[in-house]
Amino acid sequence: MHIATSPAFKENAHAALVNAGLQKALARSGPSFIARRAAAVANLPEFEQLRDTARDIKDHALANLDFYLEAYEAKVLETGGKVHWCADAEEARDAVLAICQAVGARTVTKGKSMIGEEIAINDHLEKHGITPVETDLGEYIIQLRHELPSHIIAPAFHLNMEDWEETFRKAHTDLPADRQFNERRDILIEARNKLRSKFLAADVGITGANFLVAETGSSIIVTNEGNGDLTQTLPRVHIVLASIEKCVPTLEDATSLLRVLARSATGQDFSVYTTFSTGVRRPGDLDGPEEYHVVLIDNGRSAMMGTEFQEMLRCIRCAACMNHCPVYSAVGGHAYGWVYPGPMGSVLTPGLIGVDKAGHLPNASTFCGKCESVCPVRIPLPKLMRHWREREFERHLTPATVRGGLAFWGFFARRPSLYRLATRAAALGLGLLGRRKGRFKSMPLAGGWTGGRDLPAPEGDTFFARYAKAQRAGQVR
Amino acid sequence: MSKQSILTGIRRGLKRGPLPTDQAAMLLGRMAQHPRHLIPARSRLPHPRQVDLFVRNVEKEFGSVTRVEDMDAVPGAVADYLAAQNLPGSVIMAPHPELRAIPWPARPLLEIREGRAQGSDAVSVQHGFAGIAETGTLMLPSAPERPVTLNLLADTEIVVLRASTIVGAYEEAWDKLRAEVGAMPRNVMLITGPSRSADIEQTLELGAHGPRRLHIVLVDDAAGAIG
Repeated sequence: MHIATSPAFKENAHAALVNAGLQKALARSGPSFIARRAAAVANLPEFEQLRDTARDIKDHALANLDFYLEAYEAKVLETGGKVHWCADAEEARDAVLAICQAVGARTVTKGKSMIGEEIAINDHLEKHGITPVETDLGEYIIQLRHELPSHIIAPAFHLNMEDWEETFRKAHTDLPADRQFNERRDILIEARNKLRSKFLAADVGITGANFLVAETGSSIIVTNEGNGDLTQTLPRVHIVLASIEKCVPTLEDATSLLRVLARSATGQDFSVYTTFSTGVRRPGDLDGPEEYHVVLIDNGRSAMMGTEFQEMLRCIRCAACMNHCPVYSAVGGHAYGWVYPGPMGSVLTPGLIGVDKAGHLPNASTFCGKCESVCPVRIPLPKLMRHWREREFERHLTPATVRGGLAFWGFFARRPSLYRLATRAAALGLGLLGRRKGRFKSMPLAGGWTGGRDLPAPEGDTFFARYAKAQRAGQVR
Repeated sequence: MSKQSILTGIRRGLKRGPLPTDQAAMLLGRMAQHPRHLIPARSRLPHPRQVDLFVRNVEKEFGSVTRVEDMDAVPGAVADYLAAQNLPGSVIMAPHPELRAIPWPARPLLEIREGRAQGSDAVSVQHGFAGIAETGTLMLPSAPERPVTLNLLADTEIVVLRASTIVGAYEEAWDKLRAEVGAMPRNVMLITGPSRSADIEQTLELGAHGPRRLHIVLVDDAAGAIG
């Protein structure tokens, strides 16, 4: 099991800031994601309207989720597949294990799946003598290093070339020790050769699903490498791991969502392989699985329905929010301490493992709003983080100093004239005190803030006072 | 079985019971009609320009295209491409009637086998069902005569595509599939360019697990059909 280190977010973040390798990776990769998305969006004049469409489709699907899930299941059964409804991670793990054991599986290949990380399926299979092999290049090295992915679409976001080389040398001891890794291509070819035999030998292939389609009973995966397709095509058994909110009504609905997914994620117009799988091998087919199982997982989603967090279930896991987040860009994904990092993780993680454990995450936000401005399904992420802060406060999980500070501030905020008087006195007083240097190196009660930078001394009057003055002068209405 | 508890949980959140019959009927109607949403204007073009857009987009995504006049010219195009890439002339071909009807013996150095691909196959020849101009995407539905492994296992995939099958948007390809195949095939791949990965330092490298090369032999059969 992945033990969540989210409660130690502050310590994690401190460590991340002084991790030279991580900072190198963040500086290299962050800006390129942003530029590629911007180019893709600029190339599609209808993009903003398509975001509205995507939001509306997901809202419609969620408002009728019970109906569409049953319709979806009926289609899966019709095409020879089976749906395993699982309330939580444990049921899901057991369902996967039971399918693997029923066919005597020894090795299992895996396509990249965030829900697979969420339920920690690999550990469970290993514990029962079944070897899972991650086949997405990024997931492969993460598995070799016994780490969690640090990004939902780029699992090895935090690694540099030297990490790849070191890990591959350590893991692939059957290869000549004096082989050269001159360029990225050499890494890629070694992984390709290593994994090819695994694809061909696996008894079961496990993939995630970007969407489920009720109209046809299809599961959709989106990849660039082709590893997901080899995983679901070659073994005799294909298992799909999918959470319940992935279900959309029709192929047209899925298509509209796909139009915004790749552009928001990697900045591609469309991913290389977008594949729709429906049931088992048909009569006369020369390839394809003979068994098709969908492990349909709730694990906390239905409890979000009807709450202020229902909007989070629109998420299509593109990662645009973390790619554009100043906090993620500073500390990377591992600091968040569990499976989902960045703004979407800051909203989802408290819902899945509890706000008592993950309360730091919604607080680790500048509320700059960049995440919401790029979200393809327009999830109001800052608003949802604010809801978590409220819940945290209501449940008295917020530290006493913070509560005291908020109470102090609240006292004045509820008395506007006193507030103006007090802030004006403070601004003028501080201005006077700091007029020589123009800044303060330290402040009582604000050591956390001035520890990292100086506080500029206020210049002139408060905003309220200046605004009122301008109003009197007729400069503003 | 947790089915009931999950459905009950969803309904509790939505503050209702199972959908009333009339609403359920409405949603069934929506699925049967599968209405289209906003479709980008970029592919709304006369057919010859859709074909050009398709070719441009394939090349933008690192695929390559040879245009030929008719099916009789396909063996020459395949042989020339393989020679230019310094690849062997032995290919595994989809057992599709349109591909079988091609006069392969015209290029005797090509060794053609039919069937699904194995791990050892270097070059596959696949039958294209449709091309989607919007993003230069191939639609390849599985069928006994169009095995999926041909899209995945060979280092080089060559797809023979008739220009008349090229449509503008994905939605048009779905309608073509519904009209010509009917029920959803077991597997439908939408393929846009050759396999790649950016997992190493977020820098693009071609040829991850799928084909390193995707080559399309585009047969210009459309002129007469479209007019």
